Amino acid sequence: MLTCRLIACFDVLKGRVTKAQQFENNIDVAPAEDLARELYEEQIDEIIFYDITASVERRPIDLDTVRRVARQVFVPFTVGGGIRSVADMFAVLKAGAEKISIDSMAVREPDLIRQGAQEFGRQCVVLSTQVRNVGLRAGIPSGYEVFIDGAREATGLDAIDWVKRGEELGAGEIVVNSIDRDGTASGYDLEITRAVADAVSVPIIASGGAGTVEHIAQGFSAGGAQGAIISSILYSPRLESQGLKNLGVEEIKNDLADRGIEVRPFLNSGLH
Amino acid sequence: MIGVIDYRAGNAPSVGYALERLGVDYRLVANGDELSRCDRIILPGVGAAAATIDSLKSAGLLEPLTKSVRDEKTPILGICVGLQILLEHSEEGDVAGLGWIPGNVKQFTGPLRVPQIGWNSVKVVRPHPLVEGFPDAGYCYFVNSYFATPSNPDHVIATTSYGEDFCSIMAHENIVATQFHAEKSGEIGLSLLTNFSTWNPESMSS
Repeated sequence: MLTCRLIACFDVLKGRVTKAQQFENNIDVAPAEDLARELYEEQIDEIIFYDITASVERRPIDLDTVRRVARQVFVPFTVGGGIRSVADMFAVLKAGAEKISIDSMAVREPDLIRQGAQEFGRQCVVLSTQVRNVGLRAGIPSGYEVFIDGAREATGLDAIDWVKRGEELGAGEIVVNSIDRDGTASGYDLEITRAVADAVSVPIIASGGAGTVEHIAQGFSAGGAQGAIISSILYSPRLESQGLKNLGVEEIKNDLADRGIEVRPFLNSGLH
Repeated sequence: MIGVIDYRAGNAPSVGYALERLGVDYRLVANGDELSRCDRIILPGVGAAAATIDSLKSAGLLEPLTKSVRDEKTPILGICVGLQILLEHSEEGDVAGLGWIPGNVKQFTGPLRVPQIGWNSVKVVRPHPLVEGFPDAGYCYFVNSYFATPSNPDHVIATTSYGEDFCSIMAHENIVATQFHAEKSGEIGLSLLTNFSTWNPESMSS
């Protein structure tokens, strides 16, 4: 049976993983390659890496850091941030990523999704979306609007319309990243996660807000997601001040299994 | 020396990093000359079957690869789409495959989300040196919308279930292949790459 995926998210700034709150006030956590090695050894299911300022600064992605991380992880590795063309995608794949995440650039140039899927297959193209609950209004029938450039710019696009279009264009997975919940450790926005899961047939990844194992379990059950992005719960230095504690991957997986969520079992012995 | 076929539709660098970690000698191979210097081949693959075959052709690799695998019986490991193109035909784009293993490639039908993306359980159904030491229910990382249906059940080494049971490890003579990404399946996947790096097809009794 296909298991639910735990995906560690790296918001990378100058080669180091940082942790933001609602896309602001990033604080430093660790060098990306060190954290990658540690999480691989803890048997994380997947890692997603965002070069968080590449898009805003209009500069190419930090391929050196991508390469250094890729050398440490023998689980799937997705990279995003600052990807503007098929040539950029190719460079990231050749640096050792399996999947490409596009977000702001896909909104500016939706055909990029189609081009990427055509060139590398749809499984390679992850559409990440930054969504905010803006309430029902004209042009936003779901009540959730898509934002870009680190949640700085509103697009006027309805979240559900956008993910459907993204799927049609060739996205193989969709990340639903709640701006309101990002770094708050108050749980995923289950309403929009479920609405996206119901609207498209490709796998969905819940993102933004997981602070406890219960939140993660809710993302899979009530949210209908196939993958859950976690970061605060693993390594946010702020979590303690929020009355919560950091947990290891094994602890999280065991707790999820106890709650009836199918996860990749922790492998105890070395094989070779 | 393992030659990892490096072509546009592949993820050769990831496979290379895994071999590097294992201390296995390898080189990325982009043309026929380089291929002739390798005594083992890994054919990685991401993307569509037709694009994969086209990019092998346009790199001038198809002919030397065929000679090496079919005439010289060089051991080869196909991964993901690198497994699917080994069969005779794929529903993906309705294209002919290399036909080195009898059978076809079909699309998942049914209610589950496609592509299948994630860790799924691989159940060994037939012993093979490639899966020596493999756990009873080893979880491996899959990304696929299509799956192989080899005509000969003897070629099926392991199966996985996604709506229906499908072949997740396939083997025939000097050819082995995994539908999952062995290079991205954690320590289990790495153990399989280690097994491949020392496998000698000629010493097998069958």
